[in-house]
Amino acid sequence: MKVGIVQFPGTNCEYDTQYAFEKLGAETSILWHQETTIADDVDLVVIAGGFSYGDYLRSGAIASKSPIMKAVKAHAESGKKVLGICNGFQVLTETHMLPGALKRNEHLHFISKHHNLKVASSSNDFLSKFDNSDVVNIPIAHHDGNFFIDQDGLKALYDNDQVLLHYCDKDGKVSNPNGSVDSIAGICNKAKNVFGLMPHPERAMEDVLGSSDGIKMLEGLM
Amino acid sequence: MTAIINISLKNGVLDSQGKAVHHALDSLHFENVEDVRVGRQVIMKLTQEDEAKALEEVTQMCEDLLANTVIEDYTIELVK
Repeated sequence: MKVGIVQFPGTNCEYDTQYAFEKLGAETSILWHQETTIADDVDLVVIAGGFSYGDYLRSGAIASKSPIMKAVKAHAESGKKVLGICNGFQVLTETHMLPGALKRNEHLHFISKHHNLKVASSSNDFLSKFDNSDVVNIPIAHHDGNFFIDQDGLKALYDNDQVLLHYCDKDGKVSNPNGSVDSIAGICNKAKNVFGLMPHPERAMEDVLGSSDGIKMLEGLM
Repeated sequence: MTAIINISLKNGVLDSQGKAVHHALDSLHFENVEDVRVGRQVIMKLTQEDEAKALEEVTQMCEDLLANTVIEDYTIELVK
């Protein structure tokens, strides 16, 4: 299993992501944003979290126009998997590889804390190790995580089983930290090979750090 | 020629920053404010002197990069 991790100027979770996937036995490499191709033997591309290009203009906007993203698109179009975490999710919406957009958090604060998430659909690789309605504890750390999509788009997400995770409390009841439409924390594309979420599973790999629930998520992609 | 581009959240998309500013204005006793929207302005100098061509080009810039049309609207003003 080979994992390529995209690095833009301002990305800051690439090495955590590398640690997480290597812990699961993957071979990893860092993909610099100016590269124009991704090796054929890379199975999964991960767009790691951070503040690509300082979040200038809009989070993920400038990164979405960088050379590597054309290669990431081609990788996804060939049916291989892509995962965007936090800023990576923002980049994937900006490239329209995932629908919707990530707005400034409703209460305008940067939120950094552990949060519970409820599995909305496990009929995809990413959450295949879970059952629907399972509750997991994963950190969130974002300023622009307020997921927006119009009503037609939302309906299409549910109709196609593309909603992955909802923010919730420890009992699985809705608890919305950032104003996201329907408390949505993560989605996938229609083909279910491109995944995006605001929470950071790569930061939930060790019990000693508060949670190891991220292992089961990332394992689904292995 | 100069292009002045104003970008703001679409009507119907909640503008949290606008709401916060409105709230702050309320607390300063500016009571005649009905609604506040916060946007972004991009000003660029163009070498293109043909107005129609400039408008076409700047529109493409807005669609491709400057605005996220999923949530934002934009207006373009050209000044000679």
